[in-house]
Amino acid sequence: MTHLGYLMAGWGISLVVLGGYAFRLVRRGRSLSALVPEDRRRW
Amino acid sequence: MAGRDERPGNTGSRGSRLLGCVALASLVVLGVLAFFLTGPDVRLHPTTGEEFGQFDAVRMLYLHVPMAVLMYASFMLCAAASVGVLVKRTPWWDVMAHSTAEVGTVLCGLVLVTGSIWGRPVWNTWWEWGDVRLMTTLVLFLLFAGYLALRRTTTDPRRQERKAAVVALVAVLDIPLVNRSVAWWENRTLHQRSTLEELKIQDLTLFTLMFGFLTFGLVVWWLTLQRFRVGWLERAAIDHAVGSAIAERRSETSADELDAAIGVTDEQAGEASP
Repeated sequence: MTHLGYLMAGWGISLVVLGGYAFRLVRRGRSLSALVPEDRRRW
Repeated sequence: MAGRDERPGNTGSRGSRLLGCVALASLVVLGVLAFFLTGPDVRLHPTTGEEFGQFDAVRMLYLHVPMAVLMYASFMLCAAASVGVLVKRTPWWDVMAHSTAEVGTVLCGLVLVTGSIWGRPVWNTWWEWGDVRLMTTLVLFLLFAGYLALRRTTTDPRRQERKAAVVALVAVLDIPLVNRSVAWWENRTLHQRSTLEELKIQDLTLFTLMFGFLTFGLVVWWLTLQRFRVGWLERAAIDHAVGSAIAERRSETSADELDAAIGVTDEQAGEASP
């Protein structure tokens, strides 16, 4: 593999992991918001 | 934590959506800077004239170094919040400690992975078990993975918050070892001493690295904000579920059953009633 190949792998893995984590947080937030009445969501 | 105007269906607020958009745009700009505007690291050997250096692999450092610094910041925030848990014992500090620990652990894992991928072309090895910085970082990752595992041993976070706070404060003691390992054990690591401290880089390379710090600062801020809100909702959902269950049980239970449950006889109940 060339230097550029390693580079793409490093950036690709990082962006996929961070994006996947962010997506998971948003989705979990949505499902929890449906369970909790609005007056209990006053962080 | 920001934003009073959250919608019923999600954890986003106007502020967090703006922050998310700015963080995403910064990531795109960082990618352009790292891939297209900065050059590869190529130097000429003073005697042989042969080319050497990191070549294109240097572009990985615009990702790896900011993630490492923001990992430190997340874990230090976790330690501060853990002190808050032990001193003030309020849910806010506990949710903050859990949120920063989780975001920091994700970053720590990525730091290990990107460092390993960078090391293969530059150091000709994926991993070096004798490298002090690699090992102290791996220990840090495992300590905080243990912290997160401890927090998952019960569905109610309140049952573990003080134990978890103590674990976080012990785990964070590894951070000075990670950070100073290249100075304290100079001969036992492949890592060089801090490039920034010795001002070995300049111009666009330095700007791109600084922009990387800013970008990942925004990304970590957004992730922590979202994780905090999810953690807060998890607690609220438990409280709401318990409250609903008690209310439902009360509505099912007749007054006679309640009297029997608390040991009041029919005669006593008759005397008590007007």
